Amino acid sequence: MKTLIAAVSAACLMLTAPLAIAADAPSDPEIAHIAYSAGVIDVEAAKLALSKTKNADVKAFAESMQKDHEAVNDMALALVKKLNVTPEDNATSQALAKAGEEKRAELGKLDGSAFDKAYVDNEVAYHKQVNGALETLLIPSAQNAELKSLLETGLKLFQGHQQHAEHVAAGLK
Amino acid sequence: MTTGLLNRRQVLVAGAAMLASTALARAHNGTVHVTIEWTNTDPFAHTATVKGGWEVTIPPGQKATHVVTADDTVEYYCRFHPNMKGHIRVVG
Repeated sequence: MKTLIAAVSAACLMLTAPLAIAADAPSDPEIAHIAYSAGVIDVEAAKLALSKTKNADVKAFAESMQKDHEAVNDMALALVKKLNVTPEDNATSQALAKAGEEKRAELGKLDGSAFDKAYVDNEVAYHKQVNGALETLLIPSAQNAELKSLLETGLKLFQGHQQHAEHVAAGLK
Repeated sequence: MTTGLLNRRQVLVAGAAMLASTALARAHNGTVHVTIEWTNTDPFAHTATVKGGWEVTIPPGQKATHVVTADDTVEYYCRFHPNMKGHIRVVG
């Protein structure tokens, strides 16, 4: 996640150094890999939540996360197949996966309302970060129009997830 | 706006397309003869939820309906994606 934040900050800094953008902006195969990895992390977090929570709102939220992110990732897989693009692993994907694993291990130690709160708060923060990365780096960097369009659909959906998570978080207090 | 025995208002639900969609229904002698039909072309489940009121679930790739009642001048949103909003206005 640190790398993702760094990448986003770098993207902002690079506005004044246009030459650097071409060198550092992720390629379409990298963007596909980052977006897919981000989805997998949220599906894994949802599965953990479904195995632990007893709260109806948290359960409904986690079910929605699992279904939506699996559906978006299916769309992404269908698109890369159609475009004959092979997603490329990269430092941002790896940092995302590592941060996701660490967060999951941290959440795994919690139970009951402490788990519910930590899971939902993390979902708010995670969607905020991913949406920020989509808006400032991934969507502007995407070259293929269909990939860009899928990312834009994803952004609208994930902005909805962020609001949903915020609603659930407000209800837990 | 006609007041037939059964009017159907169609709302397409895809991505954030439900955003700010409006359905206008006209009451006739206190009765509303309007059914709203939502079509969800997304692979994601959506809802039309009225806070403290009714909720219609619109499964992926399916249609769902709601029969409008006289007191249905309401704002609704998708419970799963609250940035998707719409409203129904009953007049007359």
